[in-house]
Amino acid sequence: MSVRYLSCGDTAFTVEFGNEISPEINGRVMALHAAIGLAREAGEISGVIETVPTMRSLMVTYDPLSTSRADLQPRVDALIARGLPADATSRRVTVPCCYDDPEFAPDLAEVAKRTNKTPEEVIAAHLASPFKVYVLGFMPGLAYVAGLDQALFLPRRSQPRVRVPRSSVAIAMDMTTIYPFESPGGWHLIGRTPLWMFDKRREQPVFLSPGDSLSFERIDRGSFDRIAGEVEAGTFDWSSLVKSK
Amino acid sequence: MSAGLKVVRAGLFETLQDLGRTGFMALGMPTAGAMDRIGLGLANALAGNPANTAGLEIGVMGPDLLVEADSVRIGLVGPLSPALIDGPDAAPKPLDSDRSHLLKRGQILRVGMIEGSSTAYLAVAGGFDLPAFMGSLSTYSRAGIGGFDGRKLAAGDLLPLATLGAPAGNERRLAQPFDYGSGPLRVVWGPQDDYFSDEGRRTFIESEYRVSKEADRMGIRFEGPTIAHARPVDQGGADIISDGIAPGAIQVPGAGLPIVLLADRQTVGGYPKIATVASVDLPRLGRLLPGQTVRFAAITVDEAEALRRDQEARLQRAIAGFVVARPPGGIDLARLYEENLIDGVVFESPWNVTSKPSSAEGSTK
Repeated sequence: MSVRYLSCGDTAFTVEFGNEISPEINGRVMALHAAIGLAREAGEISGVIETVPTMRSLMVTYDPLSTSRADLQPRVDALIARGLPADATSRRVTVPCCYDDPEFAPDLAEVAKRTNKTPEEVIAAHLASPFKVYVLGFMPGLAYVAGLDQALFLPRRSQPRVRVPRSSVAIAMDMTTIYPFESPGGWHLIGRTPLWMFDKRREQPVFLSPGDSLSFERIDRGSFDRIAGEVEAGTFDWSSLVKSK
Repeated sequence: MSAGLKVVRAGLFETLQDLGRTGFMALGMPTAGAMDRIGLGLANALAGNPANTAGLEIGVMGPDLLVEADSVRIGLVGPLSPALIDGPDAAPKPLDSDRSHLLKRGQILRVGMIEGSSTAYLAVAGGFDLPAFMGSLSTYSRAGIGGFDGRKLAAGDLLPLATLGAPAGNERRLAQPFDYGSGPLRVVWGPQDDYFSDEGRRTFIESEYRVSKEADRMGIRFEGPTIAHARPVDQGGADIISDGIAPGAIQVPGAGLPIVLLADRQTVGGYPKIATVASVDLPRLGRLLPGQTVRFAAITVDEAEALRRDQEARLQRAIAGFVVARPPGGIDLARLYEENLIDGVVFESPWNVTSKPSSAEGSTK
């Protein structure tokens, strides 16, 4: 598999592993992301500021005052040549989601109708989907999570909403997402989590990371309210939702 | 005892910025940071601070700041028309920009209007006593984080200072205005220059573009000739699988007009980016005003890196070449001595007396 190096001025370049979305290609992206991180910790690469993984490429940002493209690119090439592990995924994350309240799931009935399913079947398919976090972007903590059951694929709404409430769980195309802030949005809202994907009071303000495996856990309105209260108060035990592989 | 600068009148858009919040783009966190790193760097150097200390980025019109500290040294950089107000009924006395000033308790600094640039900077010696968020004080107002309460300043805000009084020392000024360069903005082709036709690339490099009114910390939309994509836009010619966005990236959506993405840009995006402004010219972008026109000229990555290193060396020379500044209404002692205009006269400037450390001054809280 060939790799392309794309110039992003004199402070970054992008390593592109392919021109399609696939778990294999993204696995290589995440593996290089991890490999550069390890090489920096080991002092094998200096001058790199950070790496930004996306579906099929990794952007490497650097300080042109302490290194150069001519110095860095061969080092990155060497890391790729050394062989990247097939899957750098390290965490398995569970997100509680309440599908039962019409206020939380205003599009559930329409999604069911358009996919020829009952609402319960839509929920079951969402719960069974093997999700993986591919990219965070657009706003802090907003994750593009692919792996949605093919039976639920739908284009975005033709009329986006002006205001989607924070923590809404939504689907569109082959993905699901969770809104970290109240914002405009064109995805189909099928539930809500009591979690905040971005909480500036936390030491790690962003909950999800690229590479996370993710699954939803169905909760009722009572559990939702209890967890929401703990999240709001800052007493919720987030570590109970994360398992290392 | 605490020390602070109180906003008695807000300007239009002041935020605290350092050199940016790096390390969290993978989590979707924009870097933010100063739009003009040279302006912030000079202001910090005038105030005696390390380069990455957070300062106030001033947009269009600055605030009025009341000194609630024994004294504070500030560095002001940019085409400002500041003034000092000594008391409730005192008339504003004009101050120079591009230099440091020692301000005393009860005085009001009127930062004033900026002419000919969209940004100017105010640094305070010792910096602001505010908590860093994810390692940085840069304000990212869209998410309400960093800086002062994650937002632009408002009347009544009290900006806490890290030191109770100004350290001893002379006031200093730039020997001459920093040369940001002129001529076309230098760009490096890519990452997606292959998404544009030869004609489209020629249009981009041969045309003049005007800064539209849609210009802010996130980016600048330009007006001018439309740039042709290589493939029809309705067949995905202006869509890529989203990838990372570097500072200065020039994305061209289907409509064909370029958008340069700056400090508050989103971390990833799905429009093709024809070129990226070289880092040497990012400070010029950070100073552009609506209505101003630019051209673009392509250079290589190697050339861009060399230009940036040369600019950094010039910046360090400018800082090493600061000269002692005359206090407002006072006498430039250093210049007088240099020019042998006085000889053997015992003369002590009241400004230098007041800048000597007292018991409380110069100490950190």
